[in-house]
Amino acid sequence: MKAFYKSPLSRITDRKLLFAILFALSLGFIANSIASAQGPTPTDDDVNRIAKQLYCPVCESTPLDVCPTEACRQWRDLIRTMLTQGKSEAEIKQYFVEQYGARVLAEPPNRLVAYLVPAVAILLGALLLFRGFQMWMKPSLTESSAVDSEREAKPSQDPYVARLEEELKKRK
Amino acid sequence: MIANFGFGVLFITFLVTLYSVFAAIYGDRKQIPAMVESARRAMLLTWPLLTLTAGVLIYLLVNNHYEVQFVYEVTSRSMPTYLKVTAWWGGQAGSLLFWSWLMSAFASLVTLRKWDRDREFLPWVIVVACVTMAFFIGMNVFFENPFAQLYQTTAGIEPHTFHPANSILFTPEDGRGLNPLLRHPGMIIHPPMLYLGFVSFVIPFAFAFAALITGRTDDRWIRLTRRWALWAWLFLSFGLVLGSRWAYDVLGWGGFWGWDPVEIAAFMPWLTGTAFLHSVMIQEKRGMLKHWNMLLIILTYDLVIFGTFLTRSGVLSSVHAFAQSAIGPLFFGFIGFTLITSVALIIYRWNSLKSETEMTSMLSREALFLLNNLLFMSILVVCFWGVIFPLISELFTGQKVTVGPPFYERATAPLFAALLLLMGIAPLSAWGHSTVQTLGRAIWKPTLGAVAITALLFVTYTQKIGALIGFFLIALVILVTIYEYLRGAYARQRSQGENIFTALWTLTGRNRRRYGGYIIHLSMVLMAIGIIGIESFQVETQGRIGVGESLKLSNYTVTYKELASWDDQPKGVNFTRAVVDVSRNGVYLGQLHPRRDYYYDSQQAMTIPGERATLRDDLYVLLIDWEPASTTGATFKIFVNPLVNWLWLGSFIFLAGIIIAAWPEKEMERVAVPARRTIQQTSAAD
Amino acid sequence: MTESSVAAPRRGVPIWVQIIIWVFLVGLLAIVALGLKRAQQGTVQPGQVIKNFTLPLYSGYDLGGKSEIQLQDLRGKVVVINFWASWCKPCEQEAAEMQQAWTEYEPTGKVVFLGVDYVDTEPQARVYLKKFGINYTNGPDLATRISQYFRIKGVPETYFVDQDGVLQYVQIGPFTSIDQIRAQIDPLLK
Repeated sequence: MKAFYKSPLSRITDRKLLFAILFALSLGFIANSIASAQGPTPTDDDVNRIAKQLYCPVCESTPLDVCPTEACRQWRDLIRTMLTQGKSEAEIKQYFVEQYGARVLAEPPNRLVAYLVPAVAILLGALLLFRGFQMWMKPSLTESSAVDSEREAKPSQDPYVARLEEELKKRK
Repeated sequence: MIANFGFGVLFITFLVTLYSVFAAIYGDRKQIPAMVESARRAMLLTWPLLTLTAGVLIYLLVNNHYEVQFVYEVTSRSMPTYLKVTAWWGGQAGSLLFWSWLMSAFASLVTLRKWDRDREFLPWVIVVACVTMAFFIGMNVFFENPFAQLYQTTAGIEPHTFHPANSILFTPEDGRGLNPLLRHPGMIIHPPMLYLGFVSFVIPFAFAFAALITGRTDDRWIRLTRRWALWAWLFLSFGLVLGSRWAYDVLGWGGFWGWDPVEIAAFMPWLTGTAFLHSVMIQEKRGMLKHWNMLLIILTYDLVIFGTFLTRSGVLSSVHAFAQSAIGPLFFGFIGFTLITSVALIIYRWNSLKSETEMTSMLSREALFLLNNLLFMSILVVCFWGVIFPLISELFTGQKVTVGPPFYERATAPLFAALLLLMGIAPLSAWGHSTVQTLGRAIWKPTLGAVAITALLFVTYTQKIGALIGFFLIALVILVTIYEYLRGAYARQRSQGENIFTALWTLTGRNRRRYGGYIIHLSMVLMAIGIIGIESFQVETQGRIGVGESLKLSNYTVTYKELASWDDQPKGVNFTRAVVDVSRNGVYLGQLHPRRDYYYDSQQAMTIPGERATLRDDLYVLLIDWEPASTTGATFKIFVNPLVNWLWLGSFIFLAGIIIAAWPEKEMERVAVPARRTIQQTSAAD
Repeated sequence: MTESSVAAPRRGVPIWVQIIIWVFLVGLLAIVALGLKRAQQGTVQPGQVIKNFTLPLYSGYDLGGKSEIQLQDLRGKVVVINFWASWCKPCEQEAAEMQQAWTEYEPTGKVVFLGVDYVDTEPQARVYLKKFGINYTNGPDLATRISQYFRIKGVPETYFVDQDGVLQYVQIGPFTSIDQIRAQIDPLLK
């Protein structure tokens, strides 16, 4: 096995080579970080992730990520550009709302009213049902007493029985 | 000439339905059976008349009569004959005629039966059927005439019913052609299926209306229309499934339901219809929930009319487009009229709809069915609110908003989960008295099993809470259903000595309604598996790759092999088709062919995905874009939709379940009839 | 649903419940009717005084450095409001004529052309404007407020407003010749 042996001259050349490589690498890192400050080119998936949450401003009920028209393609490019500039998802959505109106969002901005009304309606319905239950269940407890009092209170329809009852009452 | 003949027949039919309405009302009020019979005969006449009208229209469609506006709008020379026939329901005017044709067919079927016991219903059933028919035919006659022809006038080319002065008939060389999105088999069957469902629900409503007017609010009207309601529900459910499948296959959005107002408009009558189907069982068995049943069928009818107009079989017909046309206000007037009349009637007859028995326990079967109604109504409220909220927002704040899937999914998920839970508990609840103990005793075994299954899924499949809750409930329902089946089968086995399979078969045969119902529930939870799969676990990716390069998603590798583009002149289409290799975990699986079809006549393109379907998941590849000159780079979008094929599998089992449930039980009927005759002999009045 | 109790069979639906039901029903129908009416409304019609609106301006198309313009500032001049978009193919048919008309009327100082860019992206809009050499005032219709006010049904549409702020003419679709444009502006200048 030949020992790995370098001459003094080659050692200096090695060091220069090493420095050159290190220098090139650092340049590379700096360049990369400059590029990263702008952001790497957003992939289609990054664009779609945001476009999925938006609706095409012109077409009817079409999400922005699947809309095939030229205009939609331009909007998706706009999202890509904004992502490259480092804008966040919220900022991009905000921009779209400012430009095209609230209907470009998949949910109304005033979410409270949207969710509150059906929730209240459903609770009211459940409440009504529950009270209906209670009213059903209550008469079964008081029914027996009510029926007895009815029997006593209501005079008999048959005239003969009525007279008989009157006679009985008199005898008592 | 022929077109004018067709219009003439249509107009006569309109007059006949009007006559039928007035004759029926007059005959009932004045107690003249002959008038009612005349009304019935007039109504029977509408079907042959409408068939003739439809025949004329189909003749015009098939024979390239482009001077007729409707023919121009929905057909073109490049379409094959069968597509020209199905173009009948491919546009507003034709689909209205199709609706009327179906309505007259069903109304005739209903009035062909013997009416010995229920004579007082007949006039009012005729009135409801004919008023509805008159409305739809009237739409055709006065506003959307399928036989209007194109005339060259001084103002330009306009459609007219009658030949205007100073004009000549204009015959275009070729038609515009059916929207390419409608030329898919699913889209050919979907509108008729949906309309079959819509129209058949009119019959139970007609009987309910008759019951309210005559005061015969017992369960007679329900028994008479029980089978109608079931078939209506079958058609409507299938229409919805077919529409979803079409959306999945052809729209290229990677999903099957977008919570679009048009979809919701068809979904809402399904909700009330399902609630109705369940609720009427309670009225038949215990004489309860009568108010609910009336309310539900009235809602179903009005939602059907509403849905018909929002889902005209033109594709993606927006709410705006419908509202801007002339028929919008008319339909609104009709719905307003029927709603007000029905509500007034139900208030008037409120007392006669009192329950015959009382509810004694909140866990009894009656109470759970009541909860069922509440849940379905709640989902309806959410859907209706979602559809109407943009309108309200615009009216009161001037701001246009969109209510999209996030709202609907968040709001309805807990409600659907509650329904699943109910599907598991209700079969084990008893009529009348039921406590937590009795229910607990019945349910603890299936619950344990469901917990075990869910734990297994947690370890092997997913940790998502929402999906796990869904899977737990689905497992519960499946186990409860199997438990119920086995319990009944074992009982038979012990008493009749049959082996387990014969026992299962005869059990289902003897009690079709119940066990068919269980199969339907099973199919529903299978569909739920598919829905949970795609909602919770769908992943997608998009990217531009060159030939030989690949996209990776979820263990799948999709490699771009080649692309070809060619014209199909007779069909008038330009096909661009890509070939991709598919492999999973390194194992080669085959090739897929996503393509883009561009239709020259309507200048629209369709993106047809390449799909690979297994029960585990669906691989769904779309061709989004490609370099025009060379075929070096193309953009693909890939979806992996786990479990989605359980949805379609479930729909097949659903069909089987309904057929079992709806199959007439002949033996029972044969026994019933002689008994009825003896009763009639002994009592004069019934 | 509340059932009437066993002891009082003749109650029926209480009056207050009936009132609530009818109010709700009528209210719902009224809302839908209003919505329908609104959908059936066409665009804003001639004869109406146009309410003031603010149009932000693209830099370079901004009447000498302004960032936005208000309609009321243009009282006393004829205002031609043109709704367009870069993705709109029919708009291209009239673009050259519009610019030509502008070069004719600009020297008079009595006419202002306002291009309102409907639901568009600025880069694409600039490409379109440069392509047709358009140099009159242009700006985006933010949040579609202006087009909603005019109730436009599509693009292109052009609205001619006279010196008193009254709408005089609505052009739906592209102009086919410059004479059509002159025919609307000249009578207003007399």
